[in-house]
Amino acid sequence: MIKELENFKGFSAKKLPLADPLASGHRACQGCGEVLALKLAMKAIGMNSIVVSATGCMEIITSTFPQTAWNVPWLHVAFENAAAVASGTEAALKVLMRKGKIPQKHIDVVAIGGDGATADIGLQSLSGAMERGHDFVYICLDNEAYMNTGVQRSSSTPYGAMTTTSPPGKKSFGQATKKKNVPAIAVAHNIPYVATASPAYFLDLMNKAKKAALVKGPAYLHIYSSCPTGWRHGGDLAIEISKLAVETNVFPLYEVIEGKYIINRKITKPKPVAEYLKKQGRFRHLTDDLIAQIQRQVDEEYEKLLKLAGETA
Amino acid sequence: MAKRIGMEVSIAASEAVKLADVDLIAAYPITPQTHIVEHLSEVVADGELDAAFVPVESEHSAMSCCIGSSAAGARTFTATSSQGLALMHEILFIAPAMRLPIVMVVANRALSGPISIWNDHSDIMSEQDIAWIQTFAENGQEVFDLVLHAFRVAEDSKVLLPVIVNLDGFTLSHVIEPIEILDKAEVDKYLPPYKPKVRLDPRKPVSMGMVGIPEIYTEAKKATDEALINSKKVVLKAWKEFGDLFGRYYNPVESYKTEGAEVILITMGSISETAMTAIDKMREKGMPVGLVRFRLWKPFPAPEFKKAIAGVQTLAVVDRALSPGGACGPVAEEIKAALYAERGRPKVYNFIAGLGGRDVTVENFEEIVSKAFTYAKKRPKQLYEMIGVREI
Ligand SMILES: Cc1ncc(C[n+]2csc(CCOP(=O)(O)OP(=O)(O)O)c2C)c(N)n1
Ligand code: SF4
Repeated sequence: MIKELENFKGFSAKKLPLADPLASGHRACQGCGEVLALKLAMKAIGMNSIVVSATGCMEIITSTFPQTAWNVPWLHVAFENAAAVASGTEAALKVLMRKGKIPQKHIDVVAIGGDGATADIGLQSLSGAMERGHDFVYICLDNEAYMNTGVQRSSSTPYGAMTTTSPPGKKSFGQATKKKNVPAIAVAHNIPYVATASPAYFLDLMNKAKKAALVKGPAYLHIYSSCPTGWRHGGDLAIEISKLAVETNVFPLYEVIEGKYIINRKITKPKPVAEYLKKQGRFRHLTDDLIAQIQRQVDEEYEKLLKLAGETA
Repeated sequence: MAKRIGMEVSIAASEAVKLADVDLIAAYPITPQTHIVEHLSEVVADGELDAAFVPVESEHSAMSCCIGSSAAGARTFTATSSQGLALMHEILFIAPAMRLPIVMVVANRALSGPISIWNDHSDIMSEQDIAWIQTFAENGQEVFDLVLHAFRVAEDSKVLLPVIVNLDGFTLSHVIEPIEILDKAEVDKYLPPYKPKVRLDPRKPVSMGMVGIPEIYTEAKKATDEALINSKKVVLKAWKEFGDLFGRYYNPVESYKTEGAEVILITMGSISETAMTAIDKMREKGMPVGLVRFRLWKPFPAPEFKKAIAGVQTLAVVDRALSPGGACGPVAEEIKAALYAERGRPKVYNFIAGLGGRDVTVENFEEIVSKAFTYAKKRPKQLYEMIGVREI
């Protein structure tokens, strides 16, 4: 067990922090699951933090000058470099405290990026920052496409999904590649804490965000972030779909603490993946064959995860 | 007390950074800049300098890291060259927009392709519009002095802009010269500790790098441009004070034997020393030639430049970078633009020389000057001319 986590009891639904680093009144689409996830994560991490944001939905909707939705210091530089910027901030805070130029007090440095910013263009800077061991939290808000530029595919877009650059057509069924496993890439960096989370399980999400902030060194949090606009579902369905993603094993919830996998919510009787897919316009074109294929992929991935956690089904 | 010692110019640059007591150095190797960050890594490793040394995974991240660091209120340094500078390109615009006083040394080197590790100015001339203050050094002493000057100017509360000190790769970075290294107490007299006005601090939150809607973007750009233009006053003042303290006075442009000159050569960086040798030789032969070189490149020191060339009818501008398919090289372009509205403006002839490490010799300068004299009588056919091209 990591020392810093020993005394952390976890949040309770009755006693949540009152302060919100990310205020309401931002410009996200109605029913956006991503901003909800971000808000919950930041609530858990708290006000003594500095947020570095990659370009993307969450940057645009929270920072249109002259307004800001941020109640904590916030910095945006570009699309692919949140982790590199955060490295600079974290290293600077450390040295400034050591030299007595600013008061000695732990500040949580949090970098956030969408799946495009994380799995694609920013993977190098994320890898560099994790490898160098900066004490920061990286949060990937995974809405499975480039939403800010109008729903283009990313390497985190699931197999079969329709996006504006992976359209189904006479010779295509949508996204033809499997989703990149970024948490596994993070684990491969031997960092102390990696976890997946979902806004449907908000206490679990908040606990993980807090744990990520508490551990010394890099922590990586991969948060499922439904996007009604890009996924083509009703604005009231973000939580329902997020829940289904877990219940179908499409998005399992787990932690990897110092390399050890722990499945937080073991689904003994998973619902069929079709239930999840059918709720979203982005999978509307899928044939039964493709749905069966996706089911097999989900089962296989879950098997792998069980093995990593030393468990059986 | 200051010591005059034989030292590699790269090491002198890093010694200046050490004396500036920087808080964070972001480092990524690229020839011919490497010795600078290597030496800094040693002084940090030996405890001679208490700084964070962040060996990032790319130059893009180096500049990103510098922005994160400077925004947190740390005195921040990095160095690069060529492809590294090009990789930073996207991020370079953002530092001045956020008014972050980062200092960077660029050991100038050609850009690919073909790949070349040798010196010219095509890397920095591709970064004309980034709103950084830019100076060019002629020799090792200037490199050392300009680095200290860079921090002093960048962090001045009236400026708050990043600064690039340019020095020629290899021809300057790797030579050993006698250089007067100031001691810490002397540097402290010149360079006060950096006290940021705004920084990322949870006790007083600010949002930086926000979305600039059309209603505000133009104003934001104008503000940065004005800051850059107005920085010249501080640039000059900081040079004056440097001179008063240490006896070495610097100007935005330097003139050499311009009295009575009919043709003036315009140069930048270390080739100016060869140009002066060429001018001495031509003057001995009775040719009325002089030299003007830029030390301050951005903000463009138009009044000082105009004064330096006043009364001369012919300028021979030597560019160390090509602007393919354009009207002329980048330095000539700037000069032509600056002079266009002047009454009785001189003729500007543009020569591209010394690309990718090709030596620019005394003979090359003689050729350039003699061509400029010819063109003054008979217009050249081409818009610009490349010097020293070997016929195969
Ligand atoms: C270098 C660069 N390339 C492309 C873009 C355009 N761009 C801005 S945001 C974005 C997509 C962001 O997608 P993601 O990271 O998944 O976040 P989301 O908006 O989906 O939350 C793109 C492609 C950019 N800003 N910079
Ligand atoms: S496009 Fe999607 S992720 Fe972006 S703000 Fe709208 S709902 Fe949220």
